[in-house]
Parts: sequence; structure tokens; C-alpha cells
Amino acid sequence: MSGGLDGPAPEERPTPKGRRTAQGIRVDPEVEAQHDPRRTVISALVEHEPGVLSDVSGLFSRRQFNIESLTVGPTEDEDRARITLVVEEPDPGIEQIKKQLRKLVPVVSVQELEPDAMRRELALVKVNAMRPDRVAAVADMFDGKTVDATPETATIEITGSDQKIDSAIEAFGQFGIREISRTGTTALARGMTDTAREAPPEESAQNEPTQPQQPHADDD
Amino acid sequence: MSERASSITSPTETDDPPTGEQHADESATTQDSRAESDTEQEPVTTGAQSVIRALENAGVEYAFGVQGGAIMPVYDALYDSDIYHVTMAHEQGAAHAADAYGIVSGEPGICLATSGPGATNLVTGIADADMDSDPMLALTGQVPREFVGNDAFQETDTTGVTTPITKDNTFSDDPDTVGSDVSEAFALAREGRPGPTLVDLPKDVTKADTDHEPDDPKVPDTYEVQERADPEIVEQAARRIENSSKPALLLGGGVIKGEASEACREFAIEHEIPVITTMPGIGSFPEDHELSMEMAGMHGTGYANMAVTHCDTLIGIGTRFDDRLTGGIETFAPDAELIHVDIDPAEISKNIHADYPLIGDAETVVTQLAEEMETSPQATKWRAQCQQWKSDYSMAYAAPEDRPVQPEFVVEALDEATSDRAVVTTGVGQHQMWACQYWTYTEPRTWVSSHGLGTMGYGLPSAIGARIAADDDQEVVCIDGDGSFLMTLQGLSVAVRENLDITVVVLNNEYIGMVRQWQDAFFEGRHAASEYNWMPEFDKLAEAFGAQGFRIDEYDEVADTIEAAIDYDGPSVIDAHIDPQANVYPMVPSGGDNGQFALAEDQL
Ligand SMILES: Cc1ncc(C[n+]2csc(CCOP(=O)(O)OP(=O)(O)O)c2C)c(N)n1
Repeated sequence: MSGGLDGPAPEERPTPKGRRTAQGIRVDPEVEAQHDPRRTVISALVEHEPGVLSDVSGLFSRRQFNIESLTVGPTEDEDRARITLVVEEPDPGIEQIKKQLRKLVPVVSVQELEPDAMRRELALVKVNAMRPDRVAAVADMFDGKTVDATPETATIEITGSDQKIDSAIEAFGQFGIREISRTGTTALARGMTDTAREAPPEESAQNEPTQPQQPHADDD
Repeated sequence: MSERASSITSPTETDDPPTGEQHADESATTQDSRAESDTEQEPVTTGAQSVIRALENAGVEYAFGVQGGAIMPVYDALYDSDIYHVTMAHEQGAAHAADAYGIVSGEPGICLATSGPGATNLVTGIADADMDSDPMLALTGQVPREFVGNDAFQETDTTGVTTPITKDNTFSDDPDTVGSDVSEAFALAREGRPGPTLVDLPKDVTKADTDHEPDDPKVPDTYEVQERADPEIVEQAARRIENSSKPALLLGGGVIKGEASEACREFAIEHEIPVITTMPGIGSFPEDHELSMEMAGMHGTGYANMAVTHCDTLIGIGTRFDDRLTGGIETFAPDAELIHVDIDPAEISKNIHADYPLIGDAETVVTQLAEEMETSPQATKWRAQCQQWKSDYSMAYAAPEDRPVQPEFVVEALDEATSDRAVVTTGVGQHQMWACQYWTYTEPRTWVSSHGLGTMGYGLPSAIGARIAADDDQEVVCIDGDGSFLMTLQGLSVAVRENLDITVVVLNNEYIGMVRQWQDAFFEGRHAASEYNWMPEFDKLAEAFGAQGFRIDEYDEVADTIEAAIDYDGPSVIDAHIDPQANVYPMVPSGGDNGQFALAEDQL
């Protein structure tokens, strides 16, 4: 072994007092910054072209972002599709998700939705139909619709928030569930608030929604 | 050989070398040359011609690649073009050469490969360019559209494979738009934060008839780049710098890519702020300046690591705070408020929280900051402290008589024998770190290395690309490791064929030395798969390729051998036998505390 250098050894050196969290935030000795994961909905307006969905899902797996659901569908503009993502991450992670999404070339606009945004999911639940009357009663309780009935099975369609669907599935459990298929959450902002929409041409990059220093509707 | 060699040198002899200074005027130049050539250019008749026309319109002069079935129509169109094609020995080399061309010239380097294995051989080089944000455009052949998805001969899902390692890629499925796809990919590679782009070209698309001329190189409307930072935050950041008593600048690769070296130098000197660089930032600030602390991080200088650890205000420009720089996040610049300038909003607060996020072009934002500054920080004591650290942790190394030649000595002798603008390329390992530490860099775009990906084998092919991009009076030196050189030395055939004036210096320790050093430090000296008990003689190997071979065993051979190799007009290889036991210090172990860097193994 050779190649060492001269100089004061590590224990002889001054050390700084400060520290950062694992998220790179300087620790204020007074208020230690804590970032717990939270669940939120992000909407992305994208070019309606092949490959975008795989770009987005690839981004999430590569960067280890925690994703609960992802849905995609056409919009009022035939050149655009909307991807709705439910994610669970601490705040810095949510910021990263928004910025990384915005960086994909086919992504037009990205917005985190307010907690009061309309969120809907559709589920098809196929249960054993031994007691059709009881099945119908439970379906009623959740505003469900029976879309298929055979002597052995009944399939009920339910729409609503994911919590509502979770409770419906729990309630159907008593009959014996054969199969479930769920779509994942889709969402829109309420009233005049935009979800994620194309910037009008006069808006410059200065008004980028992903820019952290400018308070914007998506910063809650 | 000589015929081709003359065409190589001609473009660099014009008074319009493709250097970075031209960057700003580039679009204008491109426009002019297109307007001029429009009159003489034949209309395109095929998809392939449209691809080549797109490159010509973008001002491309060189391309690096390897032929093959699916890309043949493109090569056939290239045959009629003034674009000079360097035929490489391996596609990985084509990608590294294009990457280095991009680093040295500031304009995207072009590489071409066929489908399947051609494309997959490019992958390492594309990933390398992606990690280092180097501008590069890869054109890959693909099987005809009707075969795609059938596992046809030499079919690989190239866009699928390269999605995570490109800035953007496109499967080009229409002969009428294939040229415009190439134009757009070229524009995307250079605009904003640069990076590699790829266009996959099915053979039937490039063979098909079309009379569609490609659109001008232009980024799509969905791609937006912010040039100027928010003036309010600029103002707050300037106040913070003014009131700082321990300020430090941390210059990253973005400073060089954004042509902000000059603005950063002026800022640092005007306000007397010590300057630290990242590894890709080497060359952004002259290392012989008294404010220079040189490189920080895992094998950075002790003084740079002390400065970054103890500063109270860190102005990070064009850096992504990679873990090799930061060490453990918890102990990185723990007392510093961070002013972070970057063109990519996603880099802000990705690894280190930015107290003053400044999104924008490095040069523009540094100029904004400079204009906003009213006074300089009062930091006399801090500057004295930094100077003290420079002497406490001097990089002076021992060269005992009873040991073989020390690598640091060879690097210093090479630096001595070449001009300030000489370009250095490297492989990956100990030799790369010695090349960082013991060469004094003073100019941007003279340091060409594989930073983020750490690709062994990068050195020789990147020297080929650098040679073609550099001016004639710039020497190109590849400081390589024996292991790294063995990975891509087939490139010597290209260097000889093209008569490229390159000096390769293999710091031969007969080990894959960096691994051996880690095994000694962290695996009880168990040298699993790091020892070579047989090594080719690189000087003779070079001769077999037709290059000039040299060998160094003793100190007194170093200066003369280097002089002879540098003087040789063409590729030369020095097999420099160095101390196999030499280690790289200082060292911050992975995830360690930068301020606690080890100066020798017993401190790890
Ligand atoms: C393609 C590739 N494979 C493996 C590694 C892991 N690795 C890092 S450094 C190193 C040793 C390099 O040996 P050499 O090129 O001889 O340089 P030295 O460290 O001896 O100067 C290895 C194997 C790598 N960086 N790249």
C-alpha cells in the first residue's frame, strides 16, 4: 500500500454543527423538518400518441415513486390524453414526481389536484348468487347496478371514491367474491379550477406550474 | 489513410472552429448555411435522404458509426453527403466518440448503428451521455415496419430499451416525417439541459420514396426552457451572498455546457469567493487561480472538502449533487444555505434542499446575480482559512526511490509537456482520479471523462471524438488504465486509419486498480478478480495496429518518452508501468462525511 498524503487526521479537524435530513433539508435545531408520506392525485395532460403511457410508468418504476393507481383516457381535444395518478410520497417526493413528469417531452401540463377534487373509480364485482335478494340489497346500499346475473353469479358495477369501493367490496365479501376488476381513480378539479390544461400561448415558461418558487393553484 | 486524413483536418482549419464560443450564434450560422445550400441541394427523394438532409441543415459535419443491414439506406444517402463519417470498430466507441465530440464542440455528436446488436452496443454510450447531460443524437436502423413485433432478424425494441436513458426518443414510422423527426431530435439534444436523443429508423421507412424536405431543427411546443430566474429570488440570493461570511461557489458541468465559465470567473474574482468544482465542472475555473479549491467529493482535494463542509452559503451552479460529490446527505454542507442555479427544475431540491431556487440558464442567472450584487461579502477570515487548508492538505505526494514510478508524476509530466488547451480524456478507475487531481485544468471543454456512469473503456473512443472536435493546436491525451484500455482498444484501428493525433498513456498497474484499492480497504485485501497475472504489452500491441508504441519503466524515461509520443504525428501509446500498489487519496468512503476524508488507508 502506498499513496497516502500528509495533513491533520479526521479527528483533529473542526466539524460543523449542522446536519441535514436524508431528504437533504438542513435541520433546524428548533423545528426538525418532518415529511410524512401523503396521498394525492396528480393529473397530467399528454400528447395522445403511442409510448406515452410506457414513458410515464417507466419513470415511476425507475425513480421508485410510490404509485397507487394510474388511469388514462382521451379528452375533449383529440390530440390530448389525460393521465390521472394517485401517489403516496412525502412532499419532496411529490414535487419531484411533478417535475420529472413535466420533463417528459410528450407531457403538456401537470397539476396536483386539491383535496376537494372530484375523484371517481369504477369497479366490477362478481359474487356468488346463492342469495340474489341480499346481493341486490347490498348493491342498492352502494348505488350499485347489477350488470350480469346467472344462476351462479351476479356482477355489480359500482362507481365512487376508492374508499366507497373498498367498503362495498367488504360488504359483498359475505356472499363470496369470485372476481374483481377496478379501473383506478380518475379525477377533475371542481368548478372553474383547471385540472391540468394547456398553457395559453402568451403564458411563458415563467408561469410553469412545476416551478416551486411561484405559488400556484397546485401548491396546497 | 492520408487522403482521409486531409479531409479530417480541413474543417478545423477554417476560421470557424466548432468551439463553444460559437454556440450563441449557432442558429444564425445554421440558417445561413442552409439558405446557401438550398440553391445547390437536390430535392430529397427518399426517407433516408431526408434524414441526411436534416443533419446537413442542422450544420452537422461529422458522424461516427458502424454499418449494418437495417441502417444501409441511411448510409447510402450519407455517401452523397459532405458529412464526414468516421467508421468505428465498435458501436460503443461510436457513441463515446459522438459524446466526446459533443463535450468539446458544444454541438450534438452524431452516432449511427444498425438494428439489434448495433443498437444495443450503443446503449452504454447513450447511458453515459444521459448521465452527463451531453448533447448527442443516435440514429438506429430498425427492421421494416411490417416485421416489427415479430422477433425478426436483428430486431430489438430499441425505443423501449433506450427510453430510460435518453432525453427523448422516437420510433419514426412515416417516410414523409422521418427527416423532421431527426431535426427535432437534434434540437432536443442541444436545447435546455442537453442530453442524448434517438431516432429509430425502420428500413422500409428510409427506403421509401418521399419528397418531403425536413422541417428546421426545432423543439416541440410542449418543450419549454426557462432562461431567466425569478428576480425576487435573485435579489434574496444576492443579499444572502453579501451577508455571508463563508461563501463558496460550487461549479458543475452545467457551467461549461451553459457557456457560463467566463461569467462565473468574473463573479468569483469580483467578490473574492472561493471556488470548488464538481468532477464534470473541471475546467470551468482555472485551477491555478488562488481562489480555486479544485474538485470536491469522494476523491476531491482535502481543501475542497473542508470548504464545502464549512461554508455558510453555497452557490451551486449547474450541478445535480450526485452522491460521489455529496457523500452522506446528512453531513453535506450542513451549515450552508444553498443557492441552487439549474436549468432543469427537477434538479432543484432533488437531493439537497435549495433555500434559493434559481431556475434558468447558468450564464443568464449568474449575470442576473452579478447585476444584483451591491457589495462583496466580508470574508477575509474565511479566505485565509481556505488558504490554510490548501497548505494543510496539500496534494504533494511521495515518490520514494525504492518504489516503481508513481502515477502522479506521470500525469504532472504530461501536463507539463502539453499546452493549456490540451484535451484530456480518461477511462474509469484510479488513473481517472489521478488525472483529475494532478493535471491543472484551466479551460472549459478540456476535460472529457465518464462522470455519472463511470464507464471503463470511455478513454480511447472519446479521444477520437475529441480529436475531431478540437482545434489543430490542441493536443489530445487519453490517460487510461490497463483494464479500461482493454475494453475498447480496438479503437486504435480507427485512430490509425484516420491518422488521428492522439497520445494514449496507459497507467499500467497490472490490476483493475480501483477495485484492488477497495479490496485492500474494505475486503481484507482479498483480490477477487482484480489481479491480472498476465498483461499484453501495450506498446507492441499499438505497433501491431500501426500506431507508435512506447514504454516507461523508470523515472528518468518519463519526460523524454512523453515528449516523443506527443511529438509523434499520429496515434501513439505509452505503456507506463507504475507502482501497482499506488492508491488514490484523499478518499471519502461511499456515504461518508466529506469533512472526514481519509488521507491514508488507516483513516478509513
Ligand atoms: C464497464 C465497467 N465495468 C466495471 C467497472 C467497475 N470498475 C470501476 S474502476 C475499475 C477498475 C479499473 O481498472 P483500470 O482501468 O485498470 O484502472 P485503474 O483503477 O487501475 O487505474 C472497475 C473494474 C466500471 N466502472 N465500468
